[in-house]
Amino acid sequence: MSSQANPTQESFDQQRPPSTVSPTRPFYWSIRRELWENRAIYLAPAYVGGVYLFGFLFYLHALPHLVRAAIPPEAVEQRGALLQPFDFAAAAVMGVAFLIGLFYCLEALYGERRDRSLLFWKSLPVSDLTAVLAKASVPLLVVPGTCYVVTVVLQAIMLLLSFLVLSAGGLSISILWRALSFFQSSFYLLYHIFTVHVLWYAPIYAWLLLISSWARRAPLLWAVLPPIAIGIFERLVFHSRHFIDFIASRFSGGPEMDTSALTGGFPFHHGVHLTPGHFLVSPGLWIGLVFAAVFLVAAARIRRDRGPA
Amino acid sequence: MAIIEGRGLRKSYGTTNALDGVDLRVEEGRIVGLIGPNGAGKTTALNAILGLTPVEGELRVLGRDPWTERDRLMCDVSFIADVAVLPRWLRVSQALEFFTGVHPRFDRAKAESFLGKTDIKRTSKVRELSKGMVTQLHLALVMATDAKLLVLDEPTIGLDLLYRKQFYDSLLNDYFDGTRTIIVTTHQVEEVQHVLTDLMFINRGRIVLNCGMDELEWRYTELVPRPEHLTAARALHPIHERQFFGRIVLLFENVDRRQLDAFGDVRTPSISDLFIAIMGRPPAAPTSAAQSNPQGVAR
Repeated sequence: MSSQANPTQESFDQQRPPSTVSPTRPFYWSIRRELWENRAIYLAPAYVGGVYLFGFLFYLHALPHLVRAAIPPEAVEQRGALLQPFDFAAAAVMGVAFLIGLFYCLEALYGERRDRSLLFWKSLPVSDLTAVLAKASVPLLVVPGTCYVVTVVLQAIMLLLSFLVLSAGGLSISILWRALSFFQSSFYLLYHIFTVHVLWYAPIYAWLLLISSWARRAPLLWAVLPPIAIGIFERLVFHSRHFIDFIASRFSGGPEMDTSALTGGFPFHHGVHLTPGHFLVSPGLWIGLVFAAVFLVAAARIRRDRGPA
Repeated sequence: MAIIEGRGLRKSYGTTNALDGVDLRVEEGRIVGLIGPNGAGKTTALNAILGLTPVEGELRVLGRDPWTERDRLMCDVSFIADVAVLPRWLRVSQALEFFTGVHPRFDRAKAESFLGKTDIKRTSKVRELSKGMVTQLHLALVMATDAKLLVLDEPTIGLDLLYRKQFYDSLLNDYFDGTRTIIVTTHQVEEVQHVLTDLMFINRGRIVLNCGMDELEWRYTELVPRPEHLTAARALHPIHERQFFGRIVLLFENVDRRQLDAFGDVRTPSISDLFIAIMGRPPAAPTSAAQSNPQGVAR
């Protein structure tokens, strides 16, 4: 603080104790503040988990029958079918988390201008970059983290219920347990969330935050229409579809999703062969992260310039 | 020591000059009223001081450039503006937690004690509070913050008389300690008249008056002349003339009070009368007051 202070500055600071706030505190509290405002960030995945669990109860009565069918060694398909409810559980929670992230980002910087609370937030010693990074942390850290915890808890409860039902029917859970290999899948799920939902999707969230800070109204349209227009323009003028493919590959999840698509099934499945080396050297990852960083810095600059809508 | 020092501040929106070459200097421990008609540039000036808008010219607030160092400046500057609304979803307890979390100079116990004198519940959300209570909450947060400079932009707009009175009473009794500096803009001039130490009029992006309240007493004199002395009094070039209950009231600048005493009843004009007199002048020659004392408050 004092390194670049001019003489006048120092004379002001000498009069009073220095302001001792570590730079991470405003960041931490800015994230807390986002969670106060948007409780859906953690409630919605939990609700979806709850609803899914309710549906799973109806599935349970058929479980002993399905497990008996999967006992013969040649019943590979039947064993795979046992996993489906668990895969769908993860997919449902992640799908909801993705949507929450998208809509949160569109609203995050637009909303504070619309309800005119922006000037209140700016009256506090929190920089625009800190505020924007805190908002970016919601789709990149908080939502994926919540999503992971909810999924693992949900799957654990499903497994426990399955165990109870099978025990009551005098069946062993070992077939289901071995097919699922719970701990390994949990790790794969974490890997999938981190590589795809955090690293690969980062520029999508950052783009939405940028539009949210910039748009005077209708941020959803501003976020969606220009890319569509560019795609159509390219198609009509150059008869090519590079831009559309570029956007589509971003949403598809990138190299990690491609490898899992080859082996079939869900990408967070333990049968999938992980290729972190391949992922880390893919140019798409790094280009995406550079875009994300540029978008976030631009969003912070625009937040500084913009008054309330 | 100057808390705010600005030289040649300019800001235009399209063809309108919101700030048209403003020089200003505000010393420590002053309570400055920035008064001007709508669109005069008050809010632009405050926004520049708060680092919310960039301006041309040189501006230092507490030794910092507000536009590039807003976050650090806000450790020592508080502001309440009618337009800086508290978010409606925020709970009172969350506001206290957030301030404690991010503000190095916030004293939570102090804020709690201010809130204890009100009917505001900790669990309430801002949307559940009346407008008066929201202002009380914001004031409690600001008064518990040990800032050097407090900026108030129309802080009491839309409040009833009781809340408005209470607002300035609290500020003077519990907050102002002679070392803090306060800048306030308001249209309710009478309310702040007895609070201010300095007065600044702004019109069309220019400072047209800048003087201390004590200086006001000898610089401006209002005369209600007896009819037989009216012509003689007018010969002394009053800057403004108006009628009040059928009697002529003349306003003089830099005319000896003893000289006027002979013509009728003499008194110090109210800020609102002075405001009308000075703002009513033609735009071509509004700077005589400012030119007579270019350093203004810096005395």
